Amino acid sequence: MAKAKVIVVTSGKGGVGKTTSTAAIGAELARRGHKTVVIDFDIGLRNLDLIMGCERRVIYDFINVINDEATLSQALIKDKREPNLYILPASQTRNKDALHQEGVGKIIELLKNDFKFILCDSPAGIERGALMALYFAEEAIIVTNPEVSSVRDSDRIIGVLNSDSKIAKEGGEVKKHLLITRFSPARAKRGEMLSLEDIQEILAVDLLGVIPESQAVLSASNQGIPITLDADSDAKFAYRAAVSRLLGEAEVAQPAAKGWSFLRLFKGETV
Amino acid sequence: MSILDLLRFKQKNSAFTAKERLQIVVSHQRANNGNKPDFLPQLHKELLDVVSKYTNINREMIQVQLQNEGDFSVLELNITIPSATEAV
Repeated sequence: MAKAKVIVVTSGKGGVGKTTSTAAIGAELARRGHKTVVIDFDIGLRNLDLIMGCERRVIYDFINVINDEATLSQALIKDKREPNLYILPASQTRNKDALHQEGVGKIIELLKNDFKFILCDSPAGIERGALMALYFAEEAIIVTNPEVSSVRDSDRIIGVLNSDSKIAKEGGEVKKHLLITRFSPARAKRGEMLSLEDIQEILAVDLLGVIPESQAVLSASNQGIPITLDADSDAKFAYRAAVSRLLGEAEVAQPAAKGWSFLRLFKGETV
Repeated sequence: MSILDLLRFKQKNSAFTAKERLQIVVSHQRANNGNKPDFLPQLHKELLDVVSKYTNINREMIQVQLQNEGDFSVLELNITIPSATEAV
């Protein structure tokens, strides 16, 4: 099997949908037959397990594996819905030094042999957890809300990816994708919300997907179901379209010059 | 700026205001954070080595500054040379 691709889901700002997006994209990759592991890097504030609905099955965690207190296979939780989906939960420890580059690198190398995709769910901020989540990434999904503080923080995290990632330090560049969440096409059209073009112009990152503001997101997290595996909704299809693009199976639909329909985004969707 | 943008601005369109504010804050951020090329310290050192071969200068007499101005950057070198009588 080809070695896994390491992708960080990051944003700088908190509460924009990193964990929701990690769960949704990870589950969708697995649903399409790609063996995928999602890793929670938010040490001390783990939540990916809750969004994935496996919080009662956590026995060992990421830090236990780094410290050789458990094996990787003991800590990995196999999803009950998708046979190709695994989660590596974060530790609830308050010890900030628990996560270190050597330990994280060792685990990512081990996972690379068994998986096709390794999704790293970054904590907010630009502290150690976030730096560790992005350090080994080959690609990055930048989750951004159409809101000034989120866009500014995304720009900041892009700067960090360009200077502090392993690839950047070796003279390369992390491939970046922009995922805009909580978007309201109607409000953007009325000029009450930054448009997709505005955000892309400021951040200069290729658009991976646009997730509409949707009640289905809360409903899915209430139940612990990744939204891509939940009942049909606009957000579910938007995440599926984003995954198609991530896999290079669909082009990003270009918005029409004068206003544009949100449905255009789903063109080329194969599922 | 397009005519459409101007019209929007007249109506105090909040998204347009947001974009303008972001463009300013982001350009400052990029000028100040890790997007600086990392060759500046090395360039400074090598310049010092070369100029020292011909004249007696110290590190403080060479200033290397990079300024981002929109799409391009300006590399500003300021080298203070001592008067000819002090030359090596």
